[in-house]
Amino acid sequence: MLEISKVSKLFNPGTLDEKTALVNINLAMKPGDFITVIGSNGAGKSTLMNIISGVMKPDIGEVKIDGRNISALPEYRRSKWIGRVFQDPMAGTAPRMSIEENLAMAYKRGQQRGFSFSTNRSRRTIFREQLSRLGIGLENRLSAKVGMLSGGERQALSLLMATFTKPQILLLDEHTAALDPARAELITALTESLVREMNLTTLMVTHNMEQAIRLGNRLIMMDKGKIILEVNEDRKKDLTVERLLGEFEQISGKKMADDRVVLG
Amino acid sequence: MPVWLNGAFELGLIYSLMALGVYITFRILDFPDLTVDASFTTGAAVAAVLITDGVSPWVACLAAFGAGAIAGAITGILHTKGKINGLLSGILMMIALYSINMRILGGKPNIGLMGADIVTVFSSMKVLLLMPFVVIAIKVLLDLFFRTDLGLSLRATGDNERMIRSFGTNTDNTKILGIALSNGLVALSGSLIAQQSGFADISMGVGMIVIGLASVIIGEAIFGAKSVFRATLAVVLGSIVYRIIIGLAYQSDFLEASDLKLITAVIVIVALVFPSMQKSWKQKNLARKRTAQILGGNGQKGGGR
Repeated sequence: MLEISKVSKLFNPGTLDEKTALVNINLAMKPGDFITVIGSNGAGKSTLMNIISGVMKPDIGEVKIDGRNISALPEYRRSKWIGRVFQDPMAGTAPRMSIEENLAMAYKRGQQRGFSFSTNRSRRTIFREQLSRLGIGLENRLSAKVGMLSGGERQALSLLMATFTKPQILLLDEHTAALDPARAELITALTESLVREMNLTTLMVTHNMEQAIRLGNRLIMMDKGKIILEVNEDRKKDLTVERLLGEFEQISGKKMADDRVVLG
Repeated sequence: MPVWLNGAFELGLIYSLMALGVYITFRILDFPDLTVDASFTTGAAVAAVLITDGVSPWVACLAAFGAGAIAGAITGILHTKGKINGLLSGILMMIALYSINMRILGGKPNIGLMGADIVTVFSSMKVLLLMPFVVIAIKVLLDLFFRTDLGLSLRATGDNERMIRSFGTNTDNTKILGIALSNGLVALSGSLIAQQSGFADISMGVGMIVIGLASVIIGEAIFGAKSVFRATLAVVLGSIVYRIIIGLAYQSDFLEASDLKLITAVIVIVALVFPSMQKSWKQKNLARKRTAQILGGNGQKGGGR
């Protein structure tokens, strides 16, 4: 499904601030894989997301979806296959536009946008149906401006918008990190059910160790731009937070340094 | 109706098309586009030259719209593909257009449209009879456009560019389209002003961006801008109100015609500064009140909240 081979990325090449963000990353995802990504500050997790979505281009290496090399495609052309939810709840929706208008934009993901009306009766029916899956009453507020919603509501909407056209790849970039614990829990539960129902191939960066272990069928740990640990399906079942931290210290020779890390 | 008020309505309606153009860039795309000052003249010049050549005035209006749209598209390309700062790309285009406008006018600073054999769109129908239909038609068309899938992606480009790109829109293209549409309307407005006033002049567009902004801001302040429908209506009405204010200023004895630009700048400054001052004043007041409330409640109930 998704294949990343020999991807490397350097920031600020040739300056004093030169920094290797990714070093020779290889990762293959099968359809339906749900990989959680953890790692210390500056490990390259977000860079990896940006490389897959096309916000950044790798210096060397390839990104393939369904065997097709997409390394050269700009972000807006890749979004046909890739759905993404950002950490910032404000980032995934347009605040001055209504809920239904936001959904209409997501509905046309990757398609030619022409002169047909964005919101008609049949689309509204679909939108209501989809919104009701969130279970937070947004289906009755189709014409409300998204800027009026709370952070949690906006993130739930972002998640729905990223998934409901069933993208080949779903990227979740610490999408619960900016929310309070109760809202984060709600979004996590929604993520789980949406991913399972649609069998989405998902890559999720998280700071929550417990979440990283509980969700998904695979786990990878990153440090200094490298994947230092891969836990596959069988081993992930009996993984614990202690064991994971122990592994990290053993491999990298230092303590997990992340000011936002949540042990669960 | 006094003559000056009649004139205010005429000018307000014609300039409202220019204000709608400014609304598209300034409010929807969040792009301060200075091309407007020159593309207005481009529209007037193109129409004047075509009309004096005997071309149908309606065709001349269309050609003016097209010329403005091309100018806008170039500004958009400079900004998106050339990665030039938005303000600067507008200024560059404005300077470049001055020479082009001079060429269009045939090297003369102005062209008259007064002759008996000259046919303008206002020859057979008075401004106040024709313009309401033109303005309403364009306003409604814009409202409808901004509800289409393409219109939505254009609005989202100004609202949350990163988001709409992650849904597959090439935001370079939506910006270029928006700036082109905006300048097309501005040039159309210029072509109609030339036909109404009877001449096209090389400097007639100077200060147009500020007049457009004044109309947008006045309109939104008085009539509200909750939706695109309301906002475009507010912009049209704002343009008329602006002309009435200017007309009133002219009526007073101590103001000269050349004071007009100063008055406009003052209106825009007041309209920009006042709401933000009002907001921060309200916020301060609220904060003081709430703090007193919470502290007061604390003393009595020992921390109820």
